[in-house]
Amino acid sequence: MVKVVKPVGGAKLPVSKPIVGVAGRTGLWRNMKPVVNNEKCTRCYQCEIYCPVNVIRVEPETGAVINYDYCKGCGVCVDVCPTHAIVMIPEGGV
Amino acid sequence: MATSLERRRLPLPHDAREGVLPGDAACPGCPIPMALKVISAVFGEKAILVIPACCTSVIVGTYPGQSIKASIVHVPFASAAAVASGISQALKARGVSDVHVIAWAGDGGTADIGMASLSGAAERNEDFIYIMYDNEAYMNTGIQRSSATPKGAWTTTTPTGKVENKKDVARILIAHGVPYVATASVGYPHDLYSKLQRARNTRGFRFIHIHAPCPPGWRFDPQYTVRVAKLAVETGLWILYEYVDGKLVISGPSRPFQDPSRRKPIEEYLKYQGRFKGVTSDVLSEVRKYVDENWKWVLKMATP
Repeated sequence: MVKVVKPVGGAKLPVSKPIVGVAGRTGLWRNMKPVVNNEKCTRCYQCEIYCPVNVIRVEPETGAVINYDYCKGCGVCVDVCPTHAIVMIPEGGV
Repeated sequence: MATSLERRRLPLPHDAREGVLPGDAACPGCPIPMALKVISAVFGEKAILVIPACCTSVIVGTYPGQSIKASIVHVPFASAAAVASGISQALKARGVSDVHVIAWAGDGGTADIGMASLSGAAERNEDFIYIMYDNEAYMNTGIQRSSATPKGAWTTTTPTGKVENKKDVARILIAHGVPYVATASVGYPHDLYSKLQRARNTRGFRFIHIHAPCPPGWRFDPQYTVRVAKLAVETGLWILYEYVDGKLVISGPSRPFQDPSRRKPIEEYLKYQGRFKGVTSDVLSEVRKYVDENWKWVLKMATP
């Protein structure tokens, strides 16, 4: 994971690399959970465009799929969904 | 295989989906990763982001990781434009032409602390893109007022509401005579995307001012980030335009609101935000006057 770049002269520079979960499992921050009803989903990609954590993937076949490991539960997807296919439920609920 | 309709709706090129990685340190509902996603869609990994002290330096994380797939240079507060100038000159000397240098700073690092180096780089017409994402206060350190905070807004250092108007940085940059100046909003990512594309194909100093509603700092529920960003445009408080080659063009999302009767009442925008709870009717009428004068200036500039 850690790559050390050696510039001229032999000094070592620590350089950060892109990793998933740089602030830990951010899904643990969540107290409300977005749940998608893919029958209502029209594949408009609004939730995917706006998701601040980039955890929603919309595919024509499957509809919107959320990666709950890192979803922070902000609810932006619920607000932008034009067909109300996403609802928030309390974490730990049904 | 996506149908042609679905392909048309695709907002960002699909290979850029992984440009911003999940699990960054942003607050829930933060507009900054939304804008960074659009940047990664335009530039991919061919970008060097110069980030002074601001929310983003926290969001992208600490060693050994970072949350975006681009090179990042973390620099002191006042030096974003100076360091970006140096990097772009170094790339030019080495003959690298496909990598873009982007200075990505907050409103504090642009309108207050970074103003001198920004103005210097604009005057020299250095070849890089300067992006100011404007969350209208020093959010990272605990919501202190900046010169980009609007009139009437509560912050921890203006407990009764700010008295002065917002500093219009885009207008200052237009006065520098740089090749490209634009205002954008996280509520309109397609508009931001096309502006970044145009900036990418322009040489010289380019400046983009992105309006970015901050849920904890503006005191609204995280799910309304996009709604608040759109309301700022629909009420006419935030005007989207582009200034290219000495001509100002009002952008699509703002075009209907040239007509004052089509603008939503400002109260619609203010009611979502706890920071405007104490706004009196006197301040409100001053804000309305400010909006009208802003529009008057934009329309005057837009007429050939």
